[in-house]
Amino acid sequence: MAKLDYDGPILEIENLSISFFTRLREIPAVMDFSVTVQPGEAVGLVGESGCGKSTVALGVMRDLGVNGRIVGGTVRFKGRDLGDMSAAELRDIRGNEIAMIYQEPMASLNPAMRIGKQLIEVPMIHEGISEAEALARALEVVRDVKLPDPERIMRSYPHQLSGGQQQRIVIAMALMSKPSLLILDEPTTALDVTVEAAVVELVKDLGKKYGTSMLFISHNLGLVLETCDRICVMYSGEAVETGSIRDVFDKMQHPYTQALFRSIPLPGADKNTRPLKAIPGNFPLPHERPDGCNFGPRCDYFRAGLCDKFDIPMVGIKGDDRHFTRCLRIDEIDWHAPMEAMAQHEATVPGKVVLKMENLKKYYEVAANALFGGSSGKKVVKANETLSFEARESETLAIVGESGCGKSTFAKVLMGLETATEGQILLDNRNIEQVPIEKRDTQTVADVQMVFQNPFDTLNPSMTVGRQIIRALEVFGIGDTDQARRDEMLRLLDLVKLPREFAERMPRQLSGGQKQRVGIARAFAGGARIVVADEPVSALDVSVQAAVTDLLMEIQRKQKTTLLFISHDLSIVRYLSDRVMVMYLGHVVELGTTEQVFAPPYHPYTEALLSAVPIADTRITKKHIVLEGDVPSAMNPPPGCPFQTRCRWKAQVPGGLCEREVPPVRELVPGHQVKCHLSQEMFDRMEPVITVAAE
Amino acid sequence: MAMFILRRVGVMILTALCLTFIVFFLTNLYPNLEKLAKTQGDFRMSDEEVASYLGRNGYLQPMAVKYGQWLGVVPGFVIEDRDGVTRGQCIEAGTAPEDAPRFCGILQGDWGYSTVFREDVGKILNDKLALTGKLMFWVMVLMVPSALILGILAGMREGSRTDRTLSTIAITTTATPEYVSGVLFIAVFASTAVGLKWFKGTATAAMDGANFENFFLPVLTIALYGMGYIARMTRASMAEVMTAQYIRTARLKGVSFPNVVMKHALRNALIAPFTVIMLQFPWLLNGVVIVETLFNYKGFGWTLVQAAGNNDIELLLGVSVISVVVVLVTQLISDIGYVYLNPRISVR
Repeated sequence: MAKLDYDGPILEIENLSISFFTRLREIPAVMDFSVTVQPGEAVGLVGESGCGKSTVALGVMRDLGVNGRIVGGTVRFKGRDLGDMSAAELRDIRGNEIAMIYQEPMASLNPAMRIGKQLIEVPMIHEGISEAEALARALEVVRDVKLPDPERIMRSYPHQLSGGQQQRIVIAMALMSKPSLLILDEPTTALDVTVEAAVVELVKDLGKKYGTSMLFISHNLGLVLETCDRICVMYSGEAVETGSIRDVFDKMQHPYTQALFRSIPLPGADKNTRPLKAIPGNFPLPHERPDGCNFGPRCDYFRAGLCDKFDIPMVGIKGDDRHFTRCLRIDEIDWHAPMEAMAQHEATVPGKVVLKMENLKKYYEVAANALFGGSSGKKVVKANETLSFEARESETLAIVGESGCGKSTFAKVLMGLETATEGQILLDNRNIEQVPIEKRDTQTVADVQMVFQNPFDTLNPSMTVGRQIIRALEVFGIGDTDQARRDEMLRLLDLVKLPREFAERMPRQLSGGQKQRVGIARAFAGGARIVVADEPVSALDVSVQAAVTDLLMEIQRKQKTTLLFISHDLSIVRYLSDRVMVMYLGHVVELGTTEQVFAPPYHPYTEALLSAVPIADTRITKKHIVLEGDVPSAMNPPPGCPFQTRCRWKAQVPGGLCEREVPPVRELVPGHQVKCHLSQEMFDRMEPVITVAAE
Repeated sequence: MAMFILRRVGVMILTALCLTFIVFFLTNLYPNLEKLAKTQGDFRMSDEEVASYLGRNGYLQPMAVKYGQWLGVVPGFVIEDRDGVTRGQCIEAGTAPEDAPRFCGILQGDWGYSTVFREDVGKILNDKLALTGKLMFWVMVLMVPSALILGILAGMREGSRTDRTLSTIAITTTATPEYVSGVLFIAVFASTAVGLKWFKGTATAAMDGANFENFFLPVLTIALYGMGYIARMTRASMAEVMTAQYIRTARLKGVSFPNVVMKHALRNALIAPFTVIMLQFPWLLNGVVIVETLFNYKGFGWTLVQAAGNNDIELLLGVSVISVVVVLVTQLISDIGYVYLNPRISVR
């Protein structure tokens, strides 16, 4: 089908309202939402989970399922109302004019169909071209998304590719018919940061090359800053502020936008001197929205009688380019007033060494083929290689690295879920590396506890919150009577700042942040001295993250806990950790205090990681380093330095040393060690990746 | 792959050995042997006569030796009879004892002699399997496509009216056992009770020349029961696949609904039911027993009933061996087919 020629806006959404209908009630998911996408423009749609941003995307695609319906407003694509179109007309537009890129690439590719076949389907449906022609086009597009060996990729099944490669295929599929509008629904959330950076760059370049407009849905403000021209902030089903990136980031005119920026760890924030300000309260459920302003109950500028009277319209800001906000008090609020100072804290002084790792190694033997294997030999996965460090009392040690770097394996060995292959773990000078968890004494188990990544799966869904905490107390042998344990449980709820009534609630009645608080209470039930927090906030929304992080810090201060904070999010690591350990393919490549690691000289991998992390601050300029390729498999690591396959400094080391030898651990300054062959001179020449422009 | 098949064949042989030994042991218990002697000879035989009959026919040797003889790894028994005639397991009537082979078990291709049908077990199994094979073939032809169509139609729009109607049908058929549905069908379609004498109530004639009239009812009876089950499985699997994200991807690529179902959903949805369909084969042997007896169709199931009722040891053993082979071969095919359907599993 020929594409329409139209030179007006690509997409005009006007006062769109979408509701889902259940047996009980109508649940409005999106209300009075307007946005316009001009040709070649990229518009970011930002908000927390449940704010309706994905619903907008599906509404544009008119794919809301059986329960969803557009109840008001119009969606016009190139001037044509999508709401009036027949199913056949819609099919012509889907994939041809509007294409979509999804959050989970693995799930959005058909597992039983070869990549090539999935790709050629698009132009064959829409343009009726022959298979050979479509194949040629597919090869070209696969090359465009910078995948190596396109012929082989075309013959592969999705499971044979890595996550980053799969996402590139999804992008290729979206570009097959050269659409006018690309909708990206959290396209990089499931990917590692360095892969994310490469994918984002690819999307930007291709957008320019093909002249495609984009609707970029994300919860990550930094990412939107890097990719989009305009931004639309959503809260609880409504757009609260739209405008150009510059206007919204620097001259925000809505309290929610402001609160959002204040709750994310930007450079300069510090857990002691400049703590984050979490947004109080919880996100309202769709059927429990307040009257008037949806953000009212959580807003610092809320005024009763004004903000809760009637629905608030979007108003334009004079002097700015198409900058709108949904707030009645824009003129009364002093937007430049500095953030009211949060309680500041004395920096804690690390105490004695409680945990010491020496040359810890963990190898796994895996059968090459789990189902039918046995004959074709065993392979060794080197998950951890010579891990050595020590952690002190009331210190926060962050462990940073991408998936597959061995940080979770390390946590398992420490917890006793696995035993070490070699080396030792000393807890108070006692060896625990060979003691599996079932053989550890109660005190050791209570001492070393874990806070898990996903609070949604780690609570027993059929037990009340109180019961689960009491169960932990029983296991740790705390309290002699049921009453004593109950009192202790209530004290723990106070500690994690949950109302005492929550003891009788079921996990499903709690929000994600509240569940994570229960997880923290459980971990601290036995007075844990070492807590391994495995990405404790990455599954939570931005506004909740700050509150949960703060809570962890506060408990740590009170109880002098050693916190091992596993994360891939460098912003939050910089905010809360005292020391940072960077891991790559099982090796510790850099270890030092937070200042040392975040300032040059860097290990080349740390440098790339820093460059990859999107930062939501327009004053920041970053050096642009994109890592090529994927993390090599731990089953088949490269010879020599583990990072040599992707390192941009490799040429600076004479004699191909990087390919032959694993670099030794070098101490640059006391307390700062790197595993790299680069000469001191080269290290001295490194420039900072992140620079903050003078205000 | 060759290794994998070899291992499965090994498992198959081992299972067959164990199973046949159990059957052998049970059928060779003395009371069973006594009953056999009396049915073969005379119901008024005295205990001594029974013992002497059993002795003469080699039934009184130790269990392991007898089993070995049946297998063909121990030389067949040779007994000098009272009247001077040399009798032996391997000596056919009319041949001289010297010319007879020493071993004659199933390893030599000799399945033994049926005491009920007075015929070679090998030949009986051959004939009966052909008859049952014919029945099974038509059952599959009717059952599998209709079950898949039913399941896919129901599963592609979960919760719709089509889904609910088809699901009700599937549940009803699978909740009605063959001995109920068979009797019902005969009453409704073949008897004077209702008056619709569309089909024949017996399938005996179908053994020689099967036609729609005399063969449809037994086929339908077996097929309906299995169909509901497979349809339910297919529906569940289809409904799950239809909610998968890659189906949304396909839909938003502009693929039309029939093509979404045919090209994208079908193969993924068939992975689970495929195993179930393969599991139906051994289970069909079961249903065949009831239906063949009910419709007096003298196939494998009917033979099993006769052999069991008359303690026909060698025929029963033959039937067991065949059953084991059928079960395990279908499982092998199902595993290999699974690999073909699901590219995420590979066999080396």
